[in-house]
Amino acid sequence: MESTIINVLLVLMAAAVVALERLRNLFAVVVLFTIYSFLMATVLVALDAVDVAMTEASVGAGISTVLLLAALSLCGSEEAKSRRGTWLPLALACACGLLLVYGTFGLPAFSDPQAPIHTHVARHYLERGLAETGVPNIVTAVLASYRGYDTLGETVVIFTAGAGVIALLRRRRGGEGGR
Amino acid sequence: MKSFLILRVVAKLLIPFVLLFALYVQFHGEYGPGGGFQAGVILAAGVIFYALIYGLADARRIAPEWFVELLLAAGVLVYAGVGLAGILLGGNFLDYFVLASDPVSGQVRGIILVEAGVGMTVCGVMLKIFYMFAARGMPQR
Repeated sequence: MESTIINVLLVLMAAAVVALERLRNLFAVVVLFTIYSFLMATVLVALDAVDVAMTEASVGAGISTVLLLAALSLCGSEEAKSRRGTWLPLALACACGLLLVYGTFGLPAFSDPQAPIHTHVARHYLERGLAETGVPNIVTAVLASYRGYDTLGETVVIFTAGAGVIALLRRRRGGEGGR
Repeated sequence: MKSFLILRVVAKLLIPFVLLFALYVQFHGEYGPGGGFQAGVILAAGVIFYALIYGLADARRIAPEWFVELLLAAGVLVYAGVGLAGILLGGNFLDYFVLASDPVSGQVRGIILVEAGVGMTVCGVMLKIFYMFAARGMPQR
């Protein structure tokens, strides 16, 4: 049942991507991006990764849509037609895709309990997480405590992104035009 | 969009719940799904929703630019400060065990503070990026 739901959602996502590729109206493209993100979030819910699903729904479907629409209000909403041939980019994209699919054959089977990721520290987190950190949500415990350094790094990355946008877009006071 | 009555009424009804849900996700992240990152994004989304319906100037009045900039820097400082507090109290960097007399409650305290830092930075950065993007299309004052 669950795999059927996931497969249906994945087919819908593929359909969204094909439609995205064919559309020339950028407003419709932004809406389809949002639909794609919501489908992805639903797949993640079906895979019991609720924390990631929340992030995907709020960032991918929420904030990114608003930012894309804000960008769209600055430029036109019709995509210009490419003058060069599109066969070489298509072939390149297909080749990269096939290479990635080939790469997945080297991965352990889906939800294989003997996969390396489940045999290293995951067992310790699951068994001792609540006793050591006092936090029932194991995702929060791993994120904020066991992997606190990584999360500090992520926070600094987000801060740097914000600082970069401020540095690029801030209007200088008193300058000529301020662009 | 100030003239759309239905949008204004629906926004007025929805925004308090969006903001409340953000706080729930922030402070209930230890027990259920969510945490600082998601809470920060939802909080920012609530304010962005307000800005979309009532205009950028009104949104800037409830979340001023200086406050947003302060928020996005303060979050990183809170996170790093928790790390430094670990060193000052005799542990390692980001060592939560020494933050309280009992190691487990020290962990809980550290995790809550760290998540608060993440939430502040994420909320600040999302709002700041939105403000900067939205202000680009406007005539300069």
